[in-house]
Amino acid sequence: GKNEYDLLVIGGGSGGLACAKEAAQFGRKVAVLDYVEPSPRGTTWALGGTCVNVGCIPKKLMHQAALLGSAIKDAQHYGWNISQPVHHTWSVMAQGVQNYVKSLNWGHRVQLQDKKVKYFNIKGSFSDPHTVRGLTKAGKETIVTADNIVIATGGRPKYPTYIAGALEYGITSDDLFWLKESPGKTLPSFILYVSLECAGFLTGFGLDTTVMMRSIPLRGFDQASHISKKKQISFTTQQQMASLVTEHMESYGTKFLKRCFPTKVEKLKSNRLQVTWKNADLNTEETDSFDTVMWAIGRVPDTKALNLETVGVKTNSETGKIIVDASEATSVPHIYAVGDITEGRPELTPTAIAAGKLLAQRLFGQSSELMDYDNVPTTVFTPLEYGCVGLSEEAAVQCHGSDNIEVYHAYYKPLEFTVAERDATQCYVKMVCLREREQRILGLHFIGPNAGEVIQGFALGIKCGATYPQLMKTVGIHPTCAEEVTKLRITKRSGLDATVTGC
Amino acid sequence: SVQAQKEEDNPEKTMEVNGLTPVPDSYDYDLIVIGGGSGGLAAAKEAAKYEKKVMVLDFVTPTPQGSSWGLGGTCVNVGCIPKKLMHQAALLGQALQDSRKFGWQFTEEVKHSWMTMTESVQNYIGSLNWGYRVALRDTKVTYENAYGEFVGPHTIKATNKKGIEKLYTAERFIIATGERPRYLGIPGDKEYCISSDDLFSLPYCPGKTLVVGASYVALECAGFLAGLGLDVTVMVRSILLRGFDQDMANKIGEYMKEHGVNFIREFVPIKVEQVEEGTPGILKVTAKSTMGDQIIEGEYNTVLLAIGRDPCTRKIGLDKVGVNINEKTGKIPVNDEEQTNVPHIYAVGDILQGKLELTPVAIQAGRLLVRRLYAGATTKCDYVNVPTTVFTPLEYGACGYSEETAVEKFGQENIEVYHSHFWPLEWTVPSRDNNKCYAKIICNIQDNERVIGFHVLGPNAGEVTQGFAAAIKCGLTKEQLDSTIGIHPVCAEV
Repeated sequence: GKNEYDLLVIGGGSGGLACAKEAAQFGRKVAVLDYVEPSPRGTTWALGGTCVNVGCIPKKLMHQAALLGSAIKDAQHYGWNISQPVHHTWSVMAQGVQNYVKSLNWGHRVQLQDKKVKYFNIKGSFSDPHTVRGLTKAGKETIVTADNIVIATGGRPKYPTYIAGALEYGITSDDLFWLKESPGKTLPSFILYVSLECAGFLTGFGLDTTVMMRSIPLRGFDQASHISKKKQISFTTQQQMASLVTEHMESYGTKFLKRCFPTKVEKLKSNRLQVTWKNADLNTEETDSFDTVMWAIGRVPDTKALNLETVGVKTNSETGKIIVDASEATSVPHIYAVGDITEGRPELTPTAIAAGKLLAQRLFGQSSELMDYDNVPTTVFTPLEYGCVGLSEEAAVQCHGSDNIEVYHAYYKPLEFTVAERDATQCYVKMVCLREREQRILGLHFIGPNAGEVIQGFALGIKCGATYPQLMKTVGIHPTCAEEVTKLRITKRSGLDATVTGC
Repeated sequence: SVQAQKEEDNPEKTMEVNGLTPVPDSYDYDLIVIGGGSGGLAAAKEAAKYEKKVMVLDFVTPTPQGSSWGLGGTCVNVGCIPKKLMHQAALLGQALQDSRKFGWQFTEEVKHSWMTMTESVQNYIGSLNWGYRVALRDTKVTYENAYGEFVGPHTIKATNKKGIEKLYTAERFIIATGERPRYLGIPGDKEYCISSDDLFSLPYCPGKTLVVGASYVALECAGFLAGLGLDVTVMVRSILLRGFDQDMANKIGEYMKEHGVNFIREFVPIKVEQVEEGTPGILKVTAKSTMGDQIIEGEYNTVLLAIGRDPCTRKIGLDKVGVNINEKTGKIPVNDEEQTNVPHIYAVGDILQGKLELTPVAIQAGRLLVRRLYAGATTKCDYVNVPTTVFTPLEYGACGYSEETAVEKFGQENIEVYHSHFWPLEWTVPSRDNNKCYAKIICNIQDNERVIGFHVLGPNAGEVTQGFAAAIKCGLTKEQLDSTIGIHPVCAEV
């Protein structure tokens, strides 16, 4: 018989909802399935996916809360009379954040309703290429059929189950944002932007925070799959930027256990957790006790329950992610995938949303526009933020050869740091360009306050093929941090001191 | 006829006194820059790079209230820098309010100390003044704290604070004397009112303040004064932010009104009297309506005049060397190479006719000019699509055409305006306004929907706008904008 829906989306996150709502605009009959398997700690949440519930949104809000802690310290220098030290109450913040997230959950429900998209809070799995069987929490079964199916089930944090006690006693980002009480003395492990961001704001609240890292910082950016299939260039976040970010965190108060990896987690009588780890440099075993141990070692695609083998959707044997082509199509006709679950794509909300929308436009709107994954800007919201777009220095060298690229850079000081007597040692901007005639800009990297705001506009410029001369012709806005980009003159090649002064 | 010289080392002076203006065949300097501000210093330092013998003359005539400052010009001393720092102080006040909702706990009422802030700001400015002195010394640029004026085609008279005069000659000159705040010309204005020249070093809290004017200076100052907890009123003759996109200007005004700034529209002060002496004292302001005969009165601790700025070009001897100025405005017309009508005399910065009054523009113009003069460069200063930001409580960043100007130039039917309100994520938890932040772009339909105007109202508007300005310089179209992925969650992604 005829399929019930034109489009069925499995997964109500950034990609899934964007695709569903776009398809509904074309007057199509659309259904969305969303289901959250509780975390091992029992944390669960509503419609909206990772970004809204346990990702970007609560992360940025908690980052903001920590920044405000710094603002309070600065304020004294600017004449505000506050008696220090000021204390942070986790539960007040958590309530504010969680209430806002819930309003977003609600907002998504309303939007789906307004656009006449049918929403099922059920866990879906494939019966055949056009049929999905769904189970409610209570175990009630629903069958949904559709002409086209989009898989957008995202990912969940990985647990290092090979470490004794990791699963029983550790938490992940899935749980952190929903904690009602302070996590206390915390050990986020290992090194990923997630772990640095969380360690950053936890430190900002005055919590004793230690980050344990096996090897180099922000290597995890690789695991975020910034690998463009077309060019096979690996977008590794360079050592330099990563070390500036972590250097700042160290001066900010976060402790780092470098070249260490945990071997076991045990619960003490006091209810605290005892962590034992190996120090690879000293070849010793060490232990310490913490209130909370948080794992941030990577995310795994949420495909287990889908029953992909039944319909033959191919996945990458190593990562488990669904293999798609440039049009987001899987190995099975009429089955597509968008977002974090797809192989070789950046794990970012805006790309999932854009890909989802474009997919719906191609399926139902006579469009042929494919998603462009090149030059996607991102920002890591550590205490001193790091925003970037385009190639890292290493990738540019790999691609073009060090003789053919020019790197302009500068250490600058945000004006607001002066009166506040804040250390600006790690505030840094770097631009990677081609050396030949046009001097096209390949990549831009910025460490400093409001890095995301700074980088966004330049990402547009790079999309337009911006060149170094064009950037130099752009007049700066004074006084801002962003203007430092337009003032870049000193090259790494020259070996000159790259410290610049404001005026 | 030439008289026997009585003073040994000033033959020029003697000759000048006798009405002759000698043209020395070797000059004291390759270049003399009059004015040690953003444009002047940039030009001087650049020229020194090419091993030219350069002199900078900088002198600050004290304000009617007696305020003065060191080397660096308006931006450093009484402009961008202290303005942004005080704006930051006000923003931090707001941050303190927000922080409670984010879990930070401290006593209910937090008070602000004007003296603590001003001292910190002045200390920082002092370090910049010093830094410039050192930079000039290091680059072997001669600096004199003296008032420069032309006395002959290649001769400048420099008068220092003590009244001692010296003469210097140069092959070329750059005039970069900038501007100073305008006064109303009403009774009591110079005696009792202050300007931005005084505000940033005011040795006492201004208290209840009346800001006269609707320029960005007026609104920025009113904005941060209110943010610091002061009772502020802005008296506006007609419209806000003349020359800026009026839609955005009105939004800025609305926001300020809703956040505690009082506005008196369509009135101008006609008299300022002192009711009580003090620091601050009490002043009585009488104002007349621009629409009729209505008269109102008000009492304030401080009256800040911010009605505009006038170029410092009337008393520097330009008539002696034949440099044309616009008699009405005092501004100097230049060609696209910053050259005045006198070939060896150039000008940069705020004093230029028809150019933007911005530090980065002055710096850019100064540097490029010097490179053309001494390094064989040909690049001219690009004055098109220069981005700016107004640091009002709700910041406004812009680049390119305002909506009105775009309609005027291209016709309503040929432009498309895309717009959106947005709610910064950071404003959600503290329940701040959810319909005030706003962004709009203006596209030229006939030119591939090229983005010809960019406007954003929200936090960190300067940081947001900078990159877009670069993109507009690259010929950004709506399609390219649409295909660029946003960074999430930030304001700029809107």
